[in-house]
Amino acid sequence: MKPFTYERADSPAAAAAAAERQPGARFIAGGTNLLDLMKLEIETPAHLIDVNGLKLDSVEPTPDGGLRIGALVRNTALAADPRVRRDYGVLSRALLAGASGQLRNKATTAGNLLQRTRCPYFYDTNQPCNKRQPGSGCAAIGGYSRQLAVIGGSDACIATHPSDMAVAMRVLDATVETVRADGATRRIPIAEFHRLPGDTPHIETALMPGELITAVTLPKPVGGAQVYRKVRDRASYAFALVSVAAVVQRDGSGRVALGGVAHKPWRVEAAEAEMPRGAKAVAAGLLAGAKPAHDNAFKLTLAERTLAAVLAEARS
Amino acid sequence: MKFDIPATTNPIDRLTVVGKPTDRIDGPLKTTGTATYAYEWHDVAPNAAYGWVIGSAIAKGRIASLDLEAAKAAPGVIAIVTADNAGPLGKGERNAATLLGGPEIEHYQQAVALVVAETFEQARAAASLVRIDYAPAQGAYDLAAAKGSAEKTKAGDSVVGDFTGAFAAAPVTLDQTYGTPDESHAMMEPHATLAVWEGDRLTVWTSNQMIDWTVTDLSETLKMPKEKVRVISPFIGGGFGGKLFLRADALLAALGARAAGRPVKVGLQRPLMINNTTHRPATIQRIRIGATRDGTITAIAHESWSGNLPGGAEETATDQTRLLYAGPNRLIGNRIATLDLPEGNALRAPGEAPGMMALEIAMDEMAEKLGLDPVEFRIRNDTQTDPADPDRPFSQRQLVQCLRIGAERFGWSKRNPQPGQVRDGRWLVGLGMAAAFRNNLLTKSAARVRLDRNGMVTVETDMTDIGTGSYTIIAQTAAEMMGVGLDKVAVRLGDSSFPVSAGSGGQWGANNSTAGVYAACVKLREAVAQRLGVNSADARFADGQVVAGNRRVPLAEAAGADGLSAEDGIEYGDLDKKYQQSTFGAHYVEAAVDSATGEIRVRRMLAVCAAGRILNPKSARSQVIGAMTMGVGAALMEELAIDKRAGFFVNHDLAGYEVPVHADIPHQEVIFLDETDPISSPMKAKGVGELGLCGVGAAVANAVHNATGVRVREYPITLDKILDRLPAVG
Ligand SMILES: Cc1cc2nc3c(=O)[nH]c(=O)nc-3n(C[C@H](O)[C@H](O)[C@H](O)COP(=O)(O)OP(=O)(O)OC[C@H]3O[C@@H](n4cnc5c(N)ncnc54)[C@H](O)[C@@H]3O)c2cc1C
Ligand code: SF4
Repeated sequence: MKPFTYERADSPAAAAAAAERQPGARFIAGGTNLLDLMKLEIETPAHLIDVNGLKLDSVEPTPDGGLRIGALVRNTALAADPRVRRDYGVLSRALLAGASGQLRNKATTAGNLLQRTRCPYFYDTNQPCNKRQPGSGCAAIGGYSRQLAVIGGSDACIATHPSDMAVAMRVLDATVETVRADGATRRIPIAEFHRLPGDTPHIETALMPGELITAVTLPKPVGGAQVYRKVRDRASYAFALVSVAAVVQRDGSGRVALGGVAHKPWRVEAAEAEMPRGAKAVAAGLLAGAKPAHDNAFKLTLAERTLAAVLAEARS
Repeated sequence: MKFDIPATTNPIDRLTVVGKPTDRIDGPLKTTGTATYAYEWHDVAPNAAYGWVIGSAIAKGRIASLDLEAAKAAPGVIAIVTADNAGPLGKGERNAATLLGGPEIEHYQQAVALVVAETFEQARAAASLVRIDYAPAQGAYDLAAAKGSAEKTKAGDSVVGDFTGAFAAAPVTLDQTYGTPDESHAMMEPHATLAVWEGDRLTVWTSNQMIDWTVTDLSETLKMPKEKVRVISPFIGGGFGGKLFLRADALLAALGARAAGRPVKVGLQRPLMINNTTHRPATIQRIRIGATRDGTITAIAHESWSGNLPGGAEETATDQTRLLYAGPNRLIGNRIATLDLPEGNALRAPGEAPGMMALEIAMDEMAEKLGLDPVEFRIRNDTQTDPADPDRPFSQRQLVQCLRIGAERFGWSKRNPQPGQVRDGRWLVGLGMAAAFRNNLLTKSAARVRLDRNGMVTVETDMTDIGTGSYTIIAQTAAEMMGVGLDKVAVRLGDSSFPVSAGSGGQWGANNSTAGVYAACVKLREAVAQRLGVNSADARFADGQVVAGNRRVPLAEAAGADGLSAEDGIEYGDLDKKYQQSTFGAHYVEAAVDSATGEIRVRRMLAVCAAGRILNPKSARSQVIGAMTMGVGAALMEELAIDKRAGFFVNHDLAGYEVPVHADIPHQEVIFLDETDPISSPMKAKGVGELGLCGVGAAVANAVHNATGVRVREYPITLDKILDRLPAVG
C-alpha cells in the first residue's frame, strides 16, 4: 500500500472540489473494495476523500412516484427498505444475493456500482492487464477465463462487472445522479453508466474524473413478478457465474438483464419483445454475437436455462 | 517402551476419562482470543520488525538483475534479504525447491526477497520498489502433456498374478480414466513466524505441525547446529499438511532477524499460500476392473500420474487399491512427471483422498454394469487379509459392518437404482455411497510427565494441536494413567525443548502421541511406586490416590516436596509388518441437482467409521465432520486453476479458490463403531481425521450420478460438466 493523505468532506460539492484539486484522489465510502485494492497496489491513490459524512444515506420518494436512494445508503439498509421490498423486489433480492452480511453492512449504493472486476489476473500485479496497467496486455485472453465475459468483450479485455445490485438497477431503468467540482449536476441513465471495455478497459463508467455520485433514482414501480436468480459454484458468498434479473408481467411481457456475462449489466431491450415466446428466443437476442472463450462457453447454455427457470418461476 | 506384542489389559481400558466425550481443554483460550498464534507473540519480542516476502513473478528462469536501491531508501526499511546477501544456505531434505530462490527460479512466487522495515505497512510499501528483471525459461505446466514422459516411482508397482490375462478373460470389465485437480490447503491461518536471535541461538515462534522436522530442516538450511535452534508452535490455525515442513516464512524470518539485528515477524500474504507454499498435486488415474457376472473381482489395475518439481514426490493415489478389495490379479502403481508448478506435497490424506475419489467412482460404475447394488458389490469383494499376501491379516477390518450399518441408518434401501428418476420440485435427487479407507501409521513418540507436590500432572511433548484436539486427548490419557481428574492435568505442546513426538500428520498424531504419553506415565507410575516402596504392578492409581495393598496415599504426598518426573516414548516393533493396520468406513450422501442450472447441493451426509478406540468422541466427531466438509469441497468446487502458459495457479485467494461455506454443508451424522485394536498401540486407538475425508468425494459424485444419470470423472463436479445433459427446462 502506498502512503496517502486523507480528508473528510462535509458536502457533496466540497467532496467533488477536493477531488478536482488533487488529481488521482479517490472517494472512499464503505471501503470494502477500494481498501483491498489499495493493499494490493492495484489502486494507488495519493489522497482519499471520505464521503461517509455527506448525509447521502436516506431513501426518499420522488415526485413522480419513484425512489431516490442516497449514494451512501448501505446495501443492507436498501435491501431491507419496505418500499424496496414491496415495489422493487428484484433489487432487494439482488442485494441479498451479494457478498456477505458483514460486507453488505458496510457496502454503499455508489460503491457497489463502482466495484471493480474480479478477473484474477487483474488481482495479480505480476501479470499483464490492460485494465490495471493500460497497454500492458491482457493475460486473461487465452488464459483461465471461467469467470469472464462471453459478450461485449474486446481484444483488450474480457472482464465482467461483478455487481449483483447493478443488474437489478439496470432492469429497473435506474438513473445515476452526480455532482462535479463546479457544482454542476447531471443524471446518467444506468444503461449509459457502465461502459464496454473497447480499447480503454481502464475507463469503466461515464463518470468524469472527480465526479461524485450523490444518488441513484428508481422510476415509479413497474409491478410484475420480480425475480433475481444468481447461479454460482457454491451456495453463498461467491460471485455469479450467471445471474438473471427479471420483471415479468401477467401477459408474459417484461424485462430481463444478465449479470456475470459482460463488462456491464447486460440488457438488450429489443430481445425483450420475445419474452412471451420464451427463454430460447429471448436468449438468442440477448446473447447474439457472443464470443465466449473455451472455459466459459457454458455460460451461454447456463444463461438460457436459468432464464427459462426464471420465466417459469415468474409465471407460477 | 517397546511395543512389539499386542496390548493386553492396561489402565487405559478403565475408560473413566479416555473415551468420554470431552470438551477441548484449550477451548476457553480459543473462544476468548487468548490462545497465542504465531503472528501474535507481541510480548516475547516487543521490538520486532516486520518482513514482507516478495515472490517471483515468473515460474521458471533466472533473475537477470535485482535493484534494491529505491527500496532500501524507502521510509522505515532496515534490511532486504536476498539469495545474494543471505550467505550460504543449505536445503532441508523435506523441501524440493529452495525456500529463498535466485538467481535460479524454480516456481512462481518462490520467495526471492524479504523486505524488513519498522512497520508492516512500510515493509509492504517498500517491497513494490524492489526492481527485478527476469529472464524467463520455458517450463512444463500441463500434467496431461507431461504424462507421456512420466516414470515409475521408487516404490515400484505392486504386481500380483496375471492382471492382463485375467482382465482380458473377465466377462464384465471397466476401463476408465479419472482426474483430480491441484488443491490448496486453504487453511484459515496463513504461515507465519517470529524469529529471535540471542547470540548464535535462534528461536522461532511459528505455525507448524512437525516440530522436530522443522528444527532439523531449519538448522540444515541455516547450516547451524540443531541444538541451537528452538521451534515453538503451541497453537496452529489449520495446517492440513501445508505446515508439515519448514517453509519460507520461518527461514526468511530467521534470515531477516539476522540481517536486521533484531526480532522479525513474517506472515505469508494470502496469495503466497497458493503459489509459494505446497499444494496437493493433480492426478490422472486409470482404473481397470474385471469381474465375474456374480460380481467377484478377478482383476484390478490402478495407475496414477502426477507431477512435481525435480526432487518432489508423487501423489500416491493408488496405494489404497493394494488393500481395499480382494482380487487375485492386480497391477497397481504411481507414476511421476516433472512439472514446474509450485511444489506438490501432502494435503490431508495424501494419496488416499484423491485415490479414493477415483476408485470409488469406478466401483460404482462397475456395480452398475453388473446390475448389483454398490453396497453389495463392495461387501462381495471384502478381504480380511492383504490381497498381495494372504498370510498377513488386517489387525481389524470392519468395512462390511460400516457399509451395512450405514446403509441401514441412511435408508439406502429407498434408493432408486435407476438414475435420474427422483424429483423434488425443481431438484433431481440422488443417493450415493463410497467406502472409506486410510492406513494407520505407526511412528515413535516421546513425552515427559511431571507430578508435583500438589498432585498436579504436567505433560510435555513437542506434539502439536492443529485444531484437532491433541491437548485434550493427551490430558485424558495422562488423567487415566495417573488416576486423576482432567483438572489435575496440564498439557504443554509444540516446543522443541520438549521430547520429540510423532507430530501431527497422516492421522498418526492421536494414537502415537497418546501412546508416547502412556509410556511416560507408566514410567512415572513406577517412580511413584518406588518412592512408596511398593511394586508398581501392585499399585492402583485412582481418585488422586495410589493404592497398594492396604496402603492408600494421595498422589500429591507420594510426589514428595520436589515432585517426580519421568520421560519415555513409544517405539514400535514389527506388528505393522505382521498385520496390515488400516482404518475403514462408509460414506453415504444425498445430493440434489437443480434441473435447470445444474447447481449441486448436498442434502444429507452420514459417515460410519471403524478406527480403533475413539479417545474422545467429541473431538473425533469434529474431525470427521470437518473432513466430510473438505470432501464436499473437493467434490464440488476446489480446484487450483493453472495458467498453462505462464505456469502458476491463477485463483490465488479465498474469493477465487472456493471452499464450502455454511450454506453448502447440510446435516452431517457420524457413527463410530465400537472397536479396539490391541495391535495398534497400548491405546488400542488408530487415526480418524483423514479417514473422514477418504471416499467422500466419490460418494458425492455417485449421488450426482444417481440424481442425473450423468457420470463426471473429472473433479470438481461443477455445473458446466453436467449442464448439457440435464432435462429441458419448463
Ligand atoms: C469478499 C467479497 C465478496 C463480495 N461478493 C459480492 C457479490 O457476491 N456480489 C456483489 O455485487 N458484490 C460483492 N462484493 C463487492 C461489494 O459489493 C463491494 O465491495 C461494495 O459494494 C463496494 O461498496 P463500498 O461502499 O465499500 O465501496 P468502496 O470500496 O468505498 O468504493 C468503491 C469505489 O467506488 C468509489 N466511490 C465510492 N463512493 C462514491 C461516490 N459517492 N461517488 C463516486 N465514487 C464513489 C470509490 O472511490 C471506489 O473507487 C464482494 C466484496 C468482497 C470483499
Ligand atoms: S480481462 Fe481485463 S481485467 Fe482481466 S486481465 Fe484482461 S484486461 Fe485485465
